[in-house]
Amino acid sequence: MAATTGQMWTPIPRCSGCCVTVSDWQAPNTAAALPVCGACTVHVNGEAARSCVLPVSSLANAKITTIEGLSATGDHPVQQAWDETDVPQCGYCQAGQIMMAAALLKRNPKPSGEEIDTAMAGNLCRCGTYHRIREAIQSAANKIR
Amino acid sequence: MGQGIKTAFPIIVAEDLDADWKAVKVLQAPLDTIKFQRQVAGGSGSIPHSWKRLREAGATARQMLMQAAASRLNVPVAELTTQKGVVVHTPTGRKLTYGELAADAAKLPIPADVKLKDQKDFKLIGQSIKNVDNLPIITGKPLFGLDFYREGMLFAMVQRPVAFGLKLKSVDAAAAKAMPGIVDVVTFKNSVAVVGKSTWQVKKAREALKIEWEKEAGTESTADHNKLFAQLLDQPDATVRRKDGNVEEAFRNAAKVVKSEYQCPFLPHSPLEPMNFFAHVRADGAELVGPTQTPELARNETAKLLGIPPEKVTVEMTRMGGGFGRRLKADFVLEAVEVSRLVKAPVKLIWTREDDMTGGSYRPAVRYRFEAALDVQGNMIGYKLRGAGINAGNSTRENNFPSGAVDHLLIDSADHKSPITTGPWRAPVTNFLACAEQSFLDEVAFAAGKDPVQFRLELLDKAKKAPVGEIKYDIDRMKGVIRLAAEKSGWGRKKEVAQGFSVYFSHASYVAQVAEVAMQKGKPVVRKIYAAADCGVVVNQSGARQQVMGGIVDGMGHAMYGNLTFRDGAPEQTNFNSYRMIRINEIPQVEVHFVDNGIEPTGLGEPALPPTGAAVANALFKATGKRLRNQPFAEQEELKGVS
Repeated sequence: MAATTGQMWTPIPRCSGCCVTVSDWQAPNTAAALPVCGACTVHVNGEAARSCVLPVSSLANAKITTIEGLSATGDHPVQQAWDETDVPQCGYCQAGQIMMAAALLKRNPKPSGEEIDTAMAGNLCRCGTYHRIREAIQSAANKIR
Repeated sequence: MGQGIKTAFPIIVAEDLDADWKAVKVLQAPLDTIKFQRQVAGGSGSIPHSWKRLREAGATARQMLMQAAASRLNVPVAELTTQKGVVVHTPTGRKLTYGELAADAAKLPIPADVKLKDQKDFKLIGQSIKNVDNLPIITGKPLFGLDFYREGMLFAMVQRPVAFGLKLKSVDAAAAKAMPGIVDVVTFKNSVAVVGKSTWQVKKAREALKIEWEKEAGTESTADHNKLFAQLLDQPDATVRRKDGNVEEAFRNAAKVVKSEYQCPFLPHSPLEPMNFFAHVRADGAELVGPTQTPELARNETAKLLGIPPEKVTVEMTRMGGGFGRRLKADFVLEAVEVSRLVKAPVKLIWTREDDMTGGSYRPAVRYRFEAALDVQGNMIGYKLRGAGINAGNSTRENNFPSGAVDHLLIDSADHKSPITTGPWRAPVTNFLACAEQSFLDEVAFAAGKDPVQFRLELLDKAKKAPVGEIKYDIDRMKGVIRLAAEKSGWGRKKEVAQGFSVYFSHASYVAQVAEVAMQKGKPVVRKIYAAADCGVVVNQSGARQQVMGGIVDGMGHAMYGNLTFRDGAPEQTNFNSYRMIRINEIPQVEVHFVDNGIEPTGLGEPALPPTGAAVANALFKATGKRLRNQPFAEQEELKGVS
């Protein structure tokens, strides 16, 4: 799941099928995509974005970070917190959750419980790991401070 | 699939093996019905099926390693002990690692009757151990079926009938075939598959197919189902599931009769990873790779379809982005196989979320009618239950509580066969039956002027002293979780919240819950749920808690919001914008307690879900005075405009 500016996405971040899970993404029209689950979350110029509805044409000169870009060895504080709190069940949504959480903590290093919930409400977890997601974000915030 | 078995199974082996957990690496085995039994993920059955087998495997390997060490050191086995992956000769302190001994040990005859550890000596079992796949998951490694990639593979998407009850009449694929990247368009059964070089191209081409459908059965709407339920509930020839005593007489002589009906909608499974599978059908066999809960079924059905012996089919399992029972079926595997066979190439078949949500195999819609007869003291002397289902089969669990605790009882069911396909959905039948039953028992307790917890305990006492017919649940274990939940939640002692109770036995484990509701700005909010679970020995505290918390979030989320409605055979909800799932800002706090009884462990994948709906509904009733009898709760009049 790596992409850099100027190249095609190969392959695309995870999708819950609301649009497509493509191995190469060349569609200017992403009207078929629905940003309703958040599994595809990446950072564009440091901010969280749902990659499923981002036309590649809009990303010229953008800095894109996917989950591997946080830390391929899992050393980002959010990833560490995720492991220590033992968050994942099936794991499918977790890359998107982590990217969303990392973006949240970057712009708001001391989020309240309500701020966490509001920021993360767009990221679905079908297995219901929400309790541990909250815990991990609090824990990561403490690490970053 | 997220229920923690990939971590729990190795823990069990490592315990009796006396391995160093830090040195343990876990790899997913492919399907191998010669080496392994029950490579199935479902029914909360993994732990109870494999507990003893895995322990014996670990203990046997340990025995063989010690034997190998005894030979190498030329000492009696009795002088040896083991410690975290190392064999130690106690008198001299000499050590040999398992690694050093493994090759020799593997040559030894396998001992029969090895001794298993005493539970008090457990070092790993009962601890909190992290999911063995955390690192690859949190670093985004391509673990899931949808991530699977093989150079040269083609992508396929299938257009299935747009409504249940339709069949394929004609296809004009000319426009689709001419589109960029498209390799072929093939038809099989009622489906049209578009095959090409990328999902995007295939998806666009599928939209260009010109298909005519025709009716082969009734195309049903939710309004039709509601009418059907009324008919089924009054049907004279329902299938009797259990009969004790004489219900007609009991109800005739009753001091009070309570009667209520409860209804739930169809639900899609909605695993976050939609259906997908990879198949490569070759002249000499077939290779399958993907997310499945039943690899042996996938293999056997594939072999049958292709007319080849099962040994010629291999199945490799990827991680699953959720199963929930949907991936117990092999339909999506067979689609991939059909397409690969037809285009003579390796094919990755993908369902979009719309395909997944409208593709069938749903939790059936059911309506229950309950009746209870009370005597003058408020004892429940008669109980009637009829389950009316749409493709639900037996929508009751006739031998579950309160059967055995009631002198006069009649449980029956009536079912309508619909073209809308249904299938097992996490805690099949009990995922709504428990909610309906435990809400109804709350109504009965209320009518009897009794505390709901006390009412259950009295029924269980009666089942113990004077059981009626077969009892297929453990009365003491059920009482155990009831008491634990009542104790931890301070049942009956809190004034600032409204509490609701429920208890259920499903998939061999017992779970009782107390939900608490408080009014916030005039609206009832579920603030907290206490859960007391008895699954015997808890193998992994962390994983077990995840299953209870996750089951509760699942149960509450679907009870509150899940609703799949139909118009002329077509589902009206197709994605998460129209089908509502519970989100992080909507969950209650959850506090989990396990009964510590050392009983051989049973599963947790499903048992925490069934009691949740009623705990919530009963708490909401306490807070608002309004009974929620239909799901989804959030769409019921009773919850709207409550102040």
